[in-house]
Parts: sequence; structure tokens; C-alpha cells
Amino acid sequence: MSNKLYVPGTHPDLPPPSNTVGVINWLKTNLFSSPTNTFVTLVCLLFLTQLLPPMFNWLFIDAAYGGNSRQECVAQGSGACWAFISERLNLFVYGFYPIEERWRINLAFCLLLVTLAAVLWDRIPARKYFLAYACIFPFIATWLLIGGLGLTEVPTSDFGGLMLTLVIGVTGISFSLPLGVLLALGRQSELPIIRVFCISFIEFMRGVPLITLLFVASNMLSYFLPPGTNFDLLLRVLIMVTLFASAYMAEVIRGGLQAIPKGQIEAADSLGLKYWSTMRLIILPQALKISIPGIVNTFIGLYKDTTLVIIIGLMDPLGIGRASLADPAWLGLSIEVYIFVAIFFFLCCFSMSRYSLYLEDKLVTEHKH
Amino acid sequence: MKLVNNVIAGMAVSALAATVAQASTLEDVKAAGELKCVVSTGLAGFATPNADGKWEGFDVEFCRAVAAAVLGDGEKVKFIPATTKNRFTVLNSGEGDILFRNTTETMSRDTDLKLTFLPVNYYDGQGFMVPTALGVTSAKDLDGASICIQTGTTTELNLADFFRKNGISYEPVPIETNEEAFANYSGGRCDVYTTDASGLAATRIKFDNPSDHVILSEIISKEPLGGAVRHGDDQWADIGKWVVNALINAEELGINQSNVQDLAAASGDNPSVNRLLGTEGEFGAMIGLDSQWATRAIAQGGNYGEIFERNIGSDSPLNIARGLNALWTNGGILYAAPAR
Amino acid sequence: MSFTSTSPNVLLRAWNNKETRSVIIQILAIALIMACFAYIIRNAVINLETIGKDINFNFLWQPASYDINQYLIEYNSRSSHFTAFIVGLINTLLIAVAGIVLATIAGFLLGVMRLSNNWLTQKIAYVYIEFVRNVPVLLWILLVHGLIIHSLPRPKDSYQLADTFFLNNRGLHSPTPDFQPWFWGVVGLLTASIVFAWWFKRYANRVQQQTGNTYPVFWINCAVIVIIPSLAYWLLGSPIEWKIPSLQGFNFKGGMVVRPEFIALWLALSMYTAAFIGEIVRAGIMAVNHGQTEAAYALGLNSTRTLNLVVIPQALRVIVPPLTSQYLNLTKNSSLAIAIGYMDIVATIGGISLNQTGREMECMLIVLLTYLTFSLLISSVMNWYNNHIKLVDR
Repeated sequence: MSNKLYVPGTHPDLPPPSNTVGVINWLKTNLFSSPTNTFVTLVCLLFLTQLLPPMFNWLFIDAAYGGNSRQECVAQGSGACWAFISERLNLFVYGFYPIEERWRINLAFCLLLVTLAAVLWDRIPARKYFLAYACIFPFIATWLLIGGLGLTEVPTSDFGGLMLTLVIGVTGISFSLPLGVLLALGRQSELPIIRVFCISFIEFMRGVPLITLLFVASNMLSYFLPPGTNFDLLLRVLIMVTLFASAYMAEVIRGGLQAIPKGQIEAADSLGLKYWSTMRLIILPQALKISIPGIVNTFIGLYKDTTLVIIIGLMDPLGIGRASLADPAWLGLSIEVYIFVAIFFFLCCFSMSRYSLYLEDKLVTEHKH
Repeated sequence: MKLVNNVIAGMAVSALAATVAQASTLEDVKAAGELKCVVSTGLAGFATPNADGKWEGFDVEFCRAVAAAVLGDGEKVKFIPATTKNRFTVLNSGEGDILFRNTTETMSRDTDLKLTFLPVNYYDGQGFMVPTALGVTSAKDLDGASICIQTGTTTELNLADFFRKNGISYEPVPIETNEEAFANYSGGRCDVYTTDASGLAATRIKFDNPSDHVILSEIISKEPLGGAVRHGDDQWADIGKWVVNALINAEELGINQSNVQDLAAASGDNPSVNRLLGTEGEFGAMIGLDSQWATRAIAQGGNYGEIFERNIGSDSPLNIARGLNALWTNGGILYAAPAR
Repeated sequence: MSFTSTSPNVLLRAWNNKETRSVIIQILAIALIMACFAYIIRNAVINLETIGKDINFNFLWQPASYDINQYLIEYNSRSSHFTAFIVGLINTLLIAVAGIVLATIAGFLLGVMRLSNNWLTQKIAYVYIEFVRNVPVLLWILLVHGLIIHSLPRPKDSYQLADTFFLNNRGLHSPTPDFQPWFWGVVGLLTASIVFAWWFKRYANRVQQQTGNTYPVFWINCAVIVIIPSLAYWLLGSPIEWKIPSLQGFNFKGGMVVRPEFIALWLALSMYTAAFIGEIVRAGIMAVNHGQTEAAYALGLNSTRTLNLVVIPQALRVIVPPLTSQYLNLTKNSSLAIAIGYMDIVATIGGISLNQTGREMECMLIVLLTYLTFSLLISSVMNWYNNHIKLVDR
């Protein structure tokens, strides 16, 4: 300690008191602050030590990464058999899409990434053009995937794997939002017939499980179409998934609409704006902003619900996995398949929810300005 | 309202890029240029996609024979894999034109489900498979066992009847597809797997060591398996019926894949052969096809016997004996109506 | 603009009048909706006629002819399709109720863990919630089912607890009680003690309001409800005989069994829903202003009372509405039972019955209507509860 003199205001900051810093102190305040807390910490530690090492061993250390059959896996170690996943990886990604045409999926996926960048990131240069491109992307993607106009046609029954999940998820997400907005507006409408219709539609869709709707789409829809009409199973599923998600979306957006003070509508009215202009320019931009967390949650829900299509026989990654498990060489590896698919879904959904948090933060700061 | 109806109809039809069917399935198939055939999602020997994604199997060959007879090319088939649960809906809704999916003909399916069955192409019966280690010899020893069944089949009804009749109990474990049933049986969720004896044979060879599992000798039901078409289109039903009959008759008449073209080139000494192969009479025109229909069907995959041996018989891993499915002249009950 | 009254076009003028316009739009809308429905029904009639089917519910009274492995009411293969439907309905309700109970308990625990000042518990809850809710529930169901089938032993090598409980890949076998006549005396005593506890609580409240004195109500009531009936049970010579399961032939006999399909569905649905409930609970508790807690402390309430009287009632108001929709989701997700062969309503009437009778329209209609009824029931009960707590607290 020196007895140096300082001009007032120039004394360097002193270090924080020693009982508030350091690992020990951190442990003390966060883990062992009271006897109960200590007990809880010990129980948690016991639980983790019992659970994590065996799990880690099974997943990585004892796992087999190569081999052509289950026997070869077992010979390498008692853990997970990832050889199965790596051998079938192409099937998991592309489904039964013809091998020589798979570049089209890759291209469509890259285009999707560009679209996502344009939609999600608002500091991209020349965003206007990118957004225009995002509007025509669905048509490009459809053309790439289905073919025609110079490309070999690929029947949708060959769609499968992660690619099918993305097709259903992206279509559902992009169409359910506008439909949900319309339904939400209809539900708030002053015209009783339109309101009743929207309410019954929303309540019906929210009241029944998606799987029963998919059953209807796959088994019974053809009864309600003109005699002899028949259209693609995937298209039917896409329509059902979109309608289903739009009902949930409508409820989320309704919440946003209700939060807008009535004064906003009255102000718009007094400015002489018509209904659609009021909605487009004044109400919806505010309502949608408020409902972003809910909208993203609905997207996540929709994305997870795409797995249900295996129950009506479409081959999403789970379906591919289950079908591959019938191969006698790879019997009894269901856990590996499920974990692999789970990780894929976790990555997609977790990043979606992180993005929604980022947006929420950003919007909050925007309000503060 | 009618106008509105028509407008919407027009919109719906054009918007959905739908194919509007005429009354006749034959016309539809010819117009589409492909036969939509409903098959199993995967049953070794009967219908499975091979490593290149090409469908193979006993039922598949019948689809191809029909396509050859109707369209002149056995490759022009679109296979629609269906589970036991949705197979009839797929057919009835028009998604499929014909069904060859190891399906048992029953009265209620024929009448209430509005199907028309084609002649039986495989006489089967429901059996049981158990691990050899259990030492079970008779189905009557299965009291209290857990039994995996494929739901939506006649087997779950037969099973209920059999156990009720014999006054013994069991735990049914309903499973959707053959693959999952296999996974559950091999994982030990059930002690017994029951389905048609042919299906059991197909499942048993999937084990590394098939002799660890034994198929009990008891057969608890009659399962005449055959193709089916929708009710109400007699011409289409006739085509299916006579293609199957033609393949069976071909075996009886000694026509096979290698000699069919020679025999069809010119009228021979055997009038039955001549009638079948179109060198005599107008039998093709009677079902709306040309005179070479049967020739093409037989040339596609051979006669019934050849199809059987190649896919499920002695030339295949399943190695199922002809048994009931031998010709009536060889001690079986395969007895097709003559083309006359 | 055609806004001026000089516009010659009567239609245009009508259109510009707000009331007339709304009438016109509604008439058009109703015409369009009716036309769509008429068109759909017309198609259905024509299509059904073409294949010669009709819509007819008589099949419900025919024997179902199939067996169901889990039935809580009398059922065998000679029972009707309608009975099969009821069996499925009860199974659905069973899984829904069991799932809701477990999910609520686990969810509240998770919510509290998330807010705990213990860093480790907080992180464990966080990782659990994020991981579980970002993976589809169907996957959890299949995963848990796969784990049970493939990692639990076969019946011969069952895990056992005291030779009465057995766990294997055919399920959890436990003894079933066989009630002797005296047992109902114990039940009577139990009811009496619950009534007493209820009365005592009201009495203690009254005393507290009048004099400010408090009794340890919770502990006294616990003692009354637990000790008196147990004592009676012991004195009456344990009037329950247990049927203990034992391995006979292929499976355990006697006692009861909770099947792996039920366990898988139950655990998967509850752990999935619990993750969502955890977040709801956390948000609810955080929504209660910290000033409320401080005010309660300033008034001299201890921390239990603060929690019971101040925090929880206010948090519940935030928690209940989203909780309702989670309960509904759980009920609807229970339809995924079909993926593992649990015999719920979708698997019985919407599955096997549909397939064996070929009556798709009728069966799907029954299934859809049943789920709609569930939804409306749960949401109306929850709405009632919601209004109830609002009224009391304000």
C-alpha cells in the first residue's frame, strides 16, 4: 500500500471486496448459500454424475461410426451404432428422390437460404430486390422440385427425408401467415356472417388433433371432390397443414389486434382511410409486431407437427428411419434413428426460437427510441 | 346456384390440375399410360422395392402382367404402397386402379366394402411364429401369450375367434405394418407373431438365424388371397380376372415365358392354347383388349408357376412349397376357368 | 370519384353506402359458403352412390369381433363397435387425465426450478425445457416406447420390488387389491376425517379473522387424514388382500399391468407438456410484481403465507389461460397413441372399426365430434375457473 496522493477524481477504481469475487464466492452464492441449497446442489450433482457419463459413453466413446451391419457395430463397441445413420444419410436427406436429380434439391436449398437471409436479416444490402425475389422463390422451388418445363418430372411420392420436412414446413409457414391474418381480421369483422364463419372454422381446426385431419385428407377427401378427381397426396397434406396452422396463427394475431388501442382505428377513420388501408397501414404493422413471439411459436409447432405425416404413410426422416429399421442387417437400432431425427429438429426449432428472442429484443429497443 | 356450382367445379378442376375420369377404368388407364397398382409397403417375396428402388415380388408380377395385357408394357406400372389400414380406401377413392396386396377375399369386403375380387392367386391361412426356445408345439399352448398382430387385417378377427373358441386368453399387441411387427417381435414385446403363413415365411427369413423361430403347423383360418378392383366396373374386373386366369391356365397348358412367343406366332394343334394366345377366336375383344393380351401378360413374367417359384417358391429365399397352390392336376386346388 | 350523388349508377351508389355494402358482402359470403357446402355434399353423395355406399350408423351395434388389450369396462370380441368406441374413449380420457396430472406437477416443479437461486437447478431446468420442447412429441413417444421395448428385460428376467412389483418390457405388473367388507369401514373413516379437516380449516379461518390467532392447520389436517384411517386399517386387521402377480407361462398373471404403450405415451406426453407448463409457470410467477412480495413481508407475513396468499393467487391468473391450452394440446396429442398401438379412440373406432367395416365417413365423424366435445368442455370449464378466480380476487 502506498500513500500516494491523488488529485480528487483521479483515483483508480479499487478492486471489488474480496468476498464478492472469485470462484469460491461464486459457488457460495449460487450453489451453497443455505443448507437447503447445498442439499439441492448435491442431489443435482449426484443425478448428473449418474446420468451424464453413461450417456456420453453410449453416444460417443463406445459408439461405432463405421461398418456395414449391426454385427460389425456391436464388434466395435457397446454404444450407439452411428454407422447405420451414416450409411443411410442420403436416404435421410433426400428420400427416394432420383439420384441424378438431387442437385435440384441442393440448389433449391441454397436458394431457400438466400431467401431466409433476405427475410430475416434487415441489414442486407439492396433488401428490396431480395424481398421481391423471396416472393417468387416458392414458384422457383416448386419448379425445381417437381420438374416440368425442361426438367425431368419427379412424382411427389418420391419426396422424402429432411427435404420433405422442409417442403411441408416452409410451405405451411409461408401460407399460414397470410391466411391467419385474414382469419383474424374476419374474426374481428363487423359483418356477423363472416365473423361466425371465421370463428367456427378456427374453433373446429383448433378443437381436433392434426392427425385426424390428416386422416381425412389422406382417406376421405376424394369423396368430397368431383367424381373421378384425384389430386396429389402431398398437396392434400400441405393444404391441411396450412389450414390447421392458420387457425392457430389467427388466434395469435387476434391477440395482437386486441392489444391495439381503439384510438388508432378511430384516428385512421377520421383521416378518411378505408377499411383495408386502415388495416394495412395502421393496425396490422403494429399488431404483427406485438405478436411476433406467438407467430414464431406457431411456426415451431407447425414445423414439429410435420412428423405426423408418417402416420399417413409419407416418408419424412422418421418414416425413412422406421422403414430402414426393417432391414435385417440393422435390426433394433430405433434409438439411434430417433436421436438423429431429434437432433435435426432441435437444431431447427431452437434456432427459430433464438431468432424470435432476438427480434423481441430488437423491437423493444426500437420502442425505446 | 347451379351456375355457381358449375363455376366452382370448373375452378376446382382446373386449379387442382385434376385428371377427370371417365366412367371406365380401362379408358382411364389407357389415357394415363400407366396402371396404378396398390401393393404392400414391403413384404419380402410379395412386394418390396429392391436396392435400385424397383418393385419386385409375387404381387408385383401380377400388376405387371395386367399392365402388359392392357398397355403392352409391364413396366408402365405406378406402385402405390398401402398399409393394411388404408388399402381399400386408396382403391375406392380412385388413387389406385387395381389392388394386389396379399388381400383376403371375404364376403363383407366383397359386398360391404364395395370391392370386386379377382380369382384367388394364393391360397393362404393364418399361422403363428414363435421363438424355437419357447418349446411351443401347438397354438393351443399359447394361453396368456402376447401376440403381435397387424391391425386392419382379417388376422385380428380370426385370432379373436380362435382364442374365444378354445377358451384361452391372450394379449393382443396391435401393430400397423409388417416392419414394425417384426421389430416388436424381435425386440421381445410379444411372444408370438401371427399373420398369413406366407407372410410368416417372408418374415422368418429376415432373421440372421431363421431356425431360431418356428412356424407352428396349425393353420387357423382360410385366407384366399387375391387381387381386387372397385365395385361397379365389370369390364375392368373382367380384365383383372382373366389375366389371373390366363397365367394359371398357361401353366396348365404348358405355356411359359420362353415358348409363349413361338406358340403365339401361329395357330397350333391345341385349340385351348390358340384361344388363349389369340390365334383363334376374338377373346381379347370380349374384354376390350386386342388379341395378344394374354401373350403379353405371360411374356412379361411367365406363367403362374414361374412367377411363384421365382418370387416365393424354391428359387427364392422364402422357399414356400406349392402345397395348396399347385395346379389341380398336381394335387393342389388351383383350378382356373378356361378361356372358351 | 363516383362519390358524388350525380353518379348515374345506382349499384355504385349502393356500394358506397356502408350499410348496403355490408349487406351485399354478407349475402355474397353466405351464398359462396352455402354453394361450397352444397357442392361438397353433392360430390360426396354422387361418389358414395357410384360405389354403392350409404351413410349409416347401424354398424355400431354389430359385434366388433376384435380384441382390445386394455379395457376398463367389460369388453370382449363379441361386444359391439359402440362398446369398442367407449373403451377407446375411456382409454383416451385415462391417458389425458393421467398426463395432465403428471404434466402439471412436473411443470410446476420445472417452473420453480427455473426461478431457483441455485445455479445448477436453474440450468438443469433450462436445458431440459429447451431440449424437450424443441423436439416433436411424436419422436418422444417413439423414443420412450423404443427404450422400454429394447432396454427393459423380458418377463423371465423382470426387475422386481419385494416380489410384488415387476417391471419388464411387457409393462409394470402390480398387485390388485381385493377389498374385504371391513375395508369400507376404513373408507368411511377416511371420508369422515376429510370432512373434519375441511370443517377445521374453515373454523381456523374464522378464528383467525376474529382473533388473529392461527393454528398449524396443514399439519393437524395431515395428521387427521393420515393417522386415523391408518390406525383403523391396522386395528381392523388389514382388510385388503392383495392379488400378487406371478410369472405363469408367457406372462405374469394375477394383479394388474400397466402396458408399455401406456407408460410410453404417458411419460412422453407429460414430460413434453411439462416443459411448456414450466415456462408458463415461470412467466406467471415473474409477472407478479416484486413490490407485492415486499409489501407482504412489510405486513409481517412469513414467506409461506406470502406465497400462498399473495404470489400464487396473482400468478394463477396469468398462468391459467395458457395452461388450459396446454391441457387441450395434451389431450389432442394423445391421439398419437396410434403410432405405438395404444388403443385410444383413434385406434379403436377410427382405426380397427373403420377398417373392418369400411365406414370411413361415420367413424371419422364420431372421432372428430368427440375431440371437438373434449375441447369445448375443457375450455368452458377453464373459462369458468378463470372467471371464478378473477371475481374472488378483485
